[in-house]
Amino acid sequence: MIRTLLLMVILAGPQVVFAADPAIFKFDDPSQEARFQQLAEELRCLVCQNQSLADSHADLAGDLRREIYQKMQQGASNEEIVDFLVQRYGDFVLYRPPMQPTTYLLWFGPVLLLLLGFGVFIVAMRRRHQTLTPTLSEAEHRRMAKLLEEENS
Amino acid sequence: MLRYTIPLIIFTALVLFFAVGLQRDPRQVPSPFIDKPAPELGVSQLRTPSKEIYRSDLLGKPALINVWASWCVACRAEHEVLMRLARETRLPIIGLNYKDERGAALQWLANLGDPYAAIAVDTDGQVGIEWGVYGVPESFLLDPEGVIRYKQIGPLTWKVVEDKLLPLIRSFETQGG
Repeated sequence: MIRTLLLMVILAGPQVVFAADPAIFKFDDPSQEARFQQLAEELRCLVCQNQSLADSHADLAGDLRREIYQKMQQGASNEEIVDFLVQRYGDFVLYRPPMQPTTYLLWFGPVLLLLLGFGVFIVAMRRRHQTLTPTLSEAEHRRMAKLLEEENS
Repeated sequence: MLRYTIPLIIFTALVLFFAVGLQRDPRQVPSPFIDKPAPELGVSQLRTPSKEIYRSDLLGKPALINVWASWCVACRAEHEVLMRLARETRLPIIGLNYKDERGAALQWLANLGDPYAAIAVDTDGQVGIEWGVYGVPESFLLDPEGVIRYKQIGPLTWKVVEDKLLPLIRSFETQGG
């Protein structure tokens, strides 16, 4: 019983915190609220850097949520809002970094590593195959052919 | 031989990679404003609320914009550096009083001294957002054309003044003259 209660408290905790924020902002349309929530989750808080604007309790995160809300009320598109923040805080505010020369390694690094690993695997397998397959010398070949011939006749 | 040297090379490369990565401060978010025109201020001044201060007021010579607040602990340590900077150089220091109470801010200046040529008031953090401020204190060095040339995140130290600010200010002078 106590355990169940404790579990309930633990599970309820973050949700209560999470639900507390959007209540400040009033949306006429639930889809707008979902859009707001999605934007706030995609943007990173600069103060608590491993939290999104939606999760963070930092003062600045609250200010930026308000900024997003106001921009949405003014009819700004998602791109316009994200651009506004990137212009001021840099690409750092994005949880999904843009694809550009400085981030190519980030985007393609894992694929490159996978290909490299696969290449090493193939080479290693081939080598193993070669050492395991016995090779006969010219003399042995002739002897084997002769033995087979004798058997068939 | 090769089977030992290749892993060793990879290992060394990884160690170097991590060593460099670990020494970088994740709190130092590079500002996209470097070498870009400073954003507008357009807010009232702390000492004379009837007067506003604009970006155009800062042009013509280098200026230091210092974001501070009386509730900011790190600003207290920085304040001595600003006082010395005001005393020893002719660099105008413009304060941006961030989310502060006017009374508390004025009290702070009365107690600790006032290094500022002018102080802009950012009551709700709106100017801070425009300038990409994400913590207090922060400082921006503007060249005579009002372009941001350096951003200090966290308190200014005299070492930063000597190593970064003063050489940059000297470089503006040689460019201009």
